[in-house]
Amino acid sequence: MDLHTLSVRQASELLNTGAITSVALTSAILEHIRAVEPVVRAYITVSEDLALQQAEAADARRRNGEQVTALTGIPYAVKDCLSTKGVRTTCASKILENYVPRYDATVIQRLEDAGAILVGKHNMDEFGMGSSCENSAFFNTHNPWDVTRVPGGSSGGSAAAVAAEMTPFALGEDTGGSIRMPAGFCGVTGLKPTYGRVSRYGLIALVSSFDSIGPLTRDVADAALVMQTIAGHDPHDSTSLRAPVPDYAQTFTRDLKGVTVGVPVEYFAEGIDPAVEAPVREAVTVLRDLGVEVREISLPHTPYAIPVYYLILFAEASSNLARFDGVRFGLSSDGADVLERYLHTRAAGFGDEVKRRIMLGTFALSAGYYDAYYLRAQKVRALLRQDFDRAFAEVDALVAPVCPTPAFKLGEKVAEPLTMYLSDVHVVAINPAGVPSLALPCGFTGDAPPLPVGMQLIGRPLDEATLFRIGHAYQQATSWHLARPTLAS
Amino acid sequence: MSQHIDRDLVQHIALLTRLTLTEEETTLFSEQFSAIIDYFDMLGEVDVAAVAPFTQPQITRAELRDDVARPSMDREDFLVNVPQRKGNSVRVSVVLENLAVGGDSSSADRQP
Repeated sequence: MDLHTLSVRQASELLNTGAITSVALTSAILEHIRAVEPVVRAYITVSEDLALQQAEAADARRRNGEQVTALTGIPYAVKDCLSTKGVRTTCASKILENYVPRYDATVIQRLEDAGAILVGKHNMDEFGMGSSCENSAFFNTHNPWDVTRVPGGSSGGSAAAVAAEMTPFALGEDTGGSIRMPAGFCGVTGLKPTYGRVSRYGLIALVSSFDSIGPLTRDVADAALVMQTIAGHDPHDSTSLRAPVPDYAQTFTRDLKGVTVGVPVEYFAEGIDPAVEAPVREAVTVLRDLGVEVREISLPHTPYAIPVYYLILFAEASSNLARFDGVRFGLSSDGADVLERYLHTRAAGFGDEVKRRIMLGTFALSAGYYDAYYLRAQKVRALLRQDFDRAFAEVDALVAPVCPTPAFKLGEKVAEPLTMYLSDVHVVAINPAGVPSLALPCGFTGDAPPLPVGMQLIGRPLDEATLFRIGHAYQQATSWHLARPTLAS
Repeated sequence: MSQHIDRDLVQHIALLTRLTLTEEETTLFSEQFSAIIDYFDMLGEVDVAAVAPFTQPQITRAELRDDVARPSMDREDFLVNVPQRKGNSVRVSVVLENLAVGGDSSSADRQP
């Protein structure tokens, strides 16, 4: 049996019956990482020694009859923007190349308490700024379905690793599609939870009012299982919500009678590749067959989502990244005085896309431009949220494509920042509005090699349960989530 | 409102952002910023006269936790990532020259 191919639930069952040990499972994952990493390049750091220690502890926990969870002994890896005590955390930036946190993010602590095994840290666009993983300061990650293409971004390493079976599950972070877009491009399941549902403590911030940590998995049931462990209030994050977390698996049903889903017309407008539109339309038919009532819905402010999202991102990122001054942590360059030291440190430590975005943020916040750009973006943001509130008065969820095209070629868009930004058109409205969205595979393009196509189910604030229920029923009726890329290894 | 971002403005923003740019970066960013901001000017079409800004998508109010003393981060844990330290202090560049060697702090405070 190839242990690296197991889903979280499959592995958990075999661990519980004693058919396999966590050491064997973890070793199989580490071996598979060694075999395919030269082709995929998903990992910035592999924490092999720590993983094997944790696996031995998990096996001992079972042997000694101590309390175990569904994640005890299960390997996982995370996007390299989550602080991991004693394990280098780079944000794929030169400015943090040698940074080793002295504390764990809350989500890491919760997974460790549950007995999960950290095998490593995934590549990403530097500080989460990108849609293709090509803005990593270190190397490009390749899409396992076609290694000449991007995995999507910014959690590209995490999506590629789950697709290539280099980890049973991963945690990513979604600021404006950074979980959903790579999940769509790589054919895996990924959830951007409601803002505040999962603690951000220990996450290296990009946009403090957008950032959401969530799972990337082989299927919806695994995503629900991981959310069960990481969601919920955290006293370390005052923006984390106190709302109770339902038992997601209890809400799963085979049919979807009584559920109403909206199809937002703006998400199927001009510019969508027919090879993407067809599988998403087909998925809507599958939902209808499962008993869903489907209705056309309008989200009229969708065309403004890109400027709203990017202007607020630029502004908040410029403020968040001001902390990288070469004084307290990270890269530090010499300079004759304090100003020169800042200038040299930041010029040497940040990549081009980071420089572009924090400069545009400084511009949007500066006197004379603040009202026209930043403040206006925050007002149009209110209208984006209002679109969703009105839609959710009529329907339980919305279904839409994740991206207008399948995964594009490495190098295709990297020279034109605006072209790259426009590829985010279907994912960016979600974060300014703060609502949850679940991305899942719904088919393939017809061309060779076939590329995964993803759809997203967008829900009411805090109603991840309905998204999981719809997504799980869909995956019971279809097999797109079971397809795996073939990698030369 | 169309906003051309010329090289001088790019250099000015770079200084505010605490970055230095090469000549090539300045030229490239000037072109790219102008294209991006031109595109974003579409927000000017939206009537926002009666709309309040939406800054935090929170559904419930953030609640403050009880003010209970608890252990804080160990000093060594905090200092271990500091690039330049002296004993238990973080070494920083001099900010106010007159304060460097027992200077008159009241006059230094009046420096512009």
